[in-house]
Amino acid sequence: MPTTEPHLSPERDRPWLIRTYSGHSSARASNALYRSNLAKGQTGLSVAFDLPTQTGYDSDHPLARGEVGKVGVPICHIDDMQNLFENIPLDKMNTSMTINATAAWLLSLYIATAERQGSKPEQLTGTTQNDIIKEYLSRGTFVFPPDASMRLTSEIVTYTVEHAPKWNPINICSYHLQEAGATPVQEIAFAMANAISVLDRVREIGDIDDETLSRIFGRISFFLNAGIRFIEEMCKCRAMTELWEEIGRERYGITNEKMLRLRYGVQVNSLGLTEAQPENNIVRIALEALGVTLSKRARTRSLQLPAWNEALGLPRPWDQQLSLRTQQILALETDLLEYDDLFDGSHVVEKLTRELRSAAREELDRVLDMGGAVAAVENAYMKRRLVESHTARLRAIESGELKVVGVNIHQETVESQLAQAGSESILKVDASAEREQIESLEAFRKRRNEAEAHRALRALEDVVKNGGNIMPPSIEAAKAGVTTGEWSQVLRELFGEYRAPTGVGLAPSVATTEGSPEVVAVRKRVDQVSTRLGRRLKILVGKPGLDGHSNGAEQIAVKARDVGMEVVYDGIRLTPQEIVQSARDEGVHVIGLSILSGSHGVLVVDVVEGLREAGLGHIPVVVGGIIPEEDAILLKKAGVRRVYTPKDFDLTRIMDEIVDVVSEQNAA
Amino acid sequence: MPPENPIASLADRVATGDLSAVAEALNQIDDDRPENRERALALLDALEGRAAGTRIGVTGAPGSGKSTLLDALVLGLRDRDRSVGILAVDPSSQRTGGALLGDRMRLGSAARDAGVFLRSLAARDRLGGLSEVTGPSLDVMAAAFDTVFVETVGVGQSEAEVIDLVDTLVFVAQPAAGDLIQFMKAGILEWPDIFFVNKSDLGDAAGRTMAELRAGLELGSRRDPEYEPPVLCGSARDGVELPALIDAIDAHQEYLDTSGQRPIRRRTGRIARVRNALSTRYGRFGAARLTGSLAIESFIDERPEYSVERLIENLGIEVEKALGRDGP
Repeated sequence: MPTTEPHLSPERDRPWLIRTYSGHSSARASNALYRSNLAKGQTGLSVAFDLPTQTGYDSDHPLARGEVGKVGVPICHIDDMQNLFENIPLDKMNTSMTINATAAWLLSLYIATAERQGSKPEQLTGTTQNDIIKEYLSRGTFVFPPDASMRLTSEIVTYTVEHAPKWNPINICSYHLQEAGATPVQEIAFAMANAISVLDRVREIGDIDDETLSRIFGRISFFLNAGIRFIEEMCKCRAMTELWEEIGRERYGITNEKMLRLRYGVQVNSLGLTEAQPENNIVRIALEALGVTLSKRARTRSLQLPAWNEALGLPRPWDQQLSLRTQQILALETDLLEYDDLFDGSHVVEKLTRELRSAAREELDRVLDMGGAVAAVENAYMKRRLVESHTARLRAIESGELKVVGVNIHQETVESQLAQAGSESILKVDASAEREQIESLEAFRKRRNEAEAHRALRALEDVVKNGGNIMPPSIEAAKAGVTTGEWSQVLRELFGEYRAPTGVGLAPSVATTEGSPEVVAVRKRVDQVSTRLGRRLKILVGKPGLDGHSNGAEQIAVKARDVGMEVVYDGIRLTPQEIVQSARDEGVHVIGLSILSGSHGVLVVDVVEGLREAGLGHIPVVVGGIIPEEDAILLKKAGVRRVYTPKDFDLTRIMDEIVDVVSEQNAA
Repeated sequence: MPPENPIASLADRVATGDLSAVAEALNQIDDDRPENRERALALLDALEGRAAGTRIGVTGAPGSGKSTLLDALVLGLRDRDRSVGILAVDPSSQRTGGALLGDRMRLGSAARDAGVFLRSLAARDRLGGLSEVTGPSLDVMAAAFDTVFVETVGVGQSEAEVIDLVDTLVFVAQPAAGDLIQFMKAGILEWPDIFFVNKSDLGDAAGRTMAELRAGLELGSRRDPEYEPPVLCGSARDGVELPALIDAIDAHQEYLDTSGQRPIRRRTGRIARVRNALSTRYGRFGAARLTGSLAIESFIDERPEYSVERLIENLGIEVEKALGRDGP
């Protein structure tokens, strides 16, 4: 429909890349899912790896227990990767890989697999997430200390810019910052600080001429979140586009207009999806998708939509299809892609954009003044700000100031026609997936050339120790049959492992609900029970397993402190044994566990049994997480006293119940 | 067979380093219920004289890297086959009584060693200081482990109190933090036995801080004029000069034995703890009621087999009697 009317584009814009974040159970099962998604019109892939793969453990490592194939696909070696992309030509595919601490390794496996298929690195298009800062802040799958991690990140960048120039080596994620509670201003500012830390590090390596720096700048991509306040979110994207260009010109002297353009993908918000009346999420997701596609000037390059029932458990293929169709309706049915930017010249949009941009610039300068993003991770500044924002958000939901339909307003509902099937309405990972993966790993180890694998590992070690780019020896190691756990172990030994500050200890109590009648009432009960116990009620908040999404645990810890409990918060990635040990050492009265990865079945039961074996069976355990109802019943049978799911947003009430649990336990 | 005495048997298990017993003992002494007080005192009495472990305080301003240093120190001691207990003190909210105890998180690998025992304590109602249960908790742990650390946060009050509890006090300084002057003013520099300037990777700034410390030590008075506290510079994060720090701690321990300072310090510590507790409970006026054979020092010296808590308890009763007599 060519036209001369000024508001119409001369031709319809090309749609963004349509993806769905997916992967589970095994490489073969995920391959089948990818191929069926592509057949339905999905135009790119987005690979979800399981937590052991993300944190550099083979599927048979003790810490991997219960986690294999849960939140993504397990990839231990090149044959797994080959199976994952069987009959998917990598020279034609655009693949986004959500991988960070072990990004260099998974990219090496990807390149080696492409070569097996007959493709060359320079043909590959796609993205490695490779953003370690936000792992420290929110997602929790970091492994190495900041300095070593930044080295890996920058070496992936310098390698790909020469050898795989169409690859996006890094995807700076503000997505997870919003999930951790970031306001739009924080999302922009921290993402920019993060990108600057990477670019500065790359520049420090030296030997980078202006032209290469310009190309590198142009290859930095972003991954944003989009929440339900979709007008503000659209303006956030516009503000970020402007600020990125400013940084490019001023800080790095980039002049090439094409390189200065902010390129970003989006996954819309999971934080705001509700377990109550879950079908409402379908509408939320569509509106959020609209927010990041509506304005041509700030339109996303690729889009992933979550499934409406994500808060209930792992989505089925049908749920994912609905998300895919939502994108397709937006891109193909509506007239969205027919116009020039709808908001150029809008006073309202321009003003809001300007405000966001200048507030973000101010916050960015604050972070840069303290030494940049890495320093602001190490001194916990950014983490503390996120915990504060998240706490404020939850308090606003509790008080009703922030309205969430079906949650704190209009809760009345008939039974959900979509969710009523109960256990049928979510996908269950086959319990045999873990065992089968371990068997196939053992078989792989037997059939590989042991001497070659060891030689490759020594070569890798040499480069890590003595300098040089990590990518070439990693690609060789991939071809030689090295496993994910082995590759990571070499780096673990040389770099050490890192534990990031939680930011929790520094979170101030927010005055507004400090005196709310509910909080005061619970505090009084805590005092009474403490007197009865002879010392102050002490709670252990723990996150067993590899799941690094610590926001829930952190909020519980802060709230428990605010109602007057003594709180031991051990941070992420603990084995059940460590939690039992901690409960004993600290003499706690109750334990709260948080698990979002779906591995509660194994890990929670391990904790409960471990307590019993240690003679600590009298310490009650409560659990929070994405836990389907039938699992909750099993957990309670195993001895868990209370189970909380995302619908339990009222933290004060949870605290009240924890006091009940401690009270009951010590009544006798 | 005579019935087993549960207190004696718990004390015996603590003394063998049984971690569950240590945890149970710590729970028992941290129990405010009047009906359980005698049980706690009896337990502490039973452990008095068996608390042979080395007590080390680690202190320094927030951000100085104490936890990282402690983590590395503990690993170093574990390599030398010593059992280790850690008591970590965190501030409490004055208003709600709640506290976030993030010590394991900050400590990292040491806290995950199944052979290391870690208890965190809230400072409770003692702003900037140590809660009352800190001293007796250390007494329990020193009976169970070769080395016991107490880590305190903050500046000022807690150092002054921790010195009464430990044999060796390590002060962790952060280069260019600008707080040294404050420490000097507060007279804190006269307490530590070892100074460790952390973050030596900061280069010149670390060197300057060392020089400032040395100058400050020259000028100020020292608790023990015969002993010159070493000033080390290293990096807890990178493991630089940690063996030297462990050696310095051992050397100070040896000095305490050869110089005869150890019993002097322990006596001073016992007296100070009793005095502090009594004046916290009854005010200086109340504590001053004790005279003659009930004067604090002679009462303590005559009862070496009493735990500090027992001494406080018994003297407290005397103060109350004296106050009651004087009362209106």
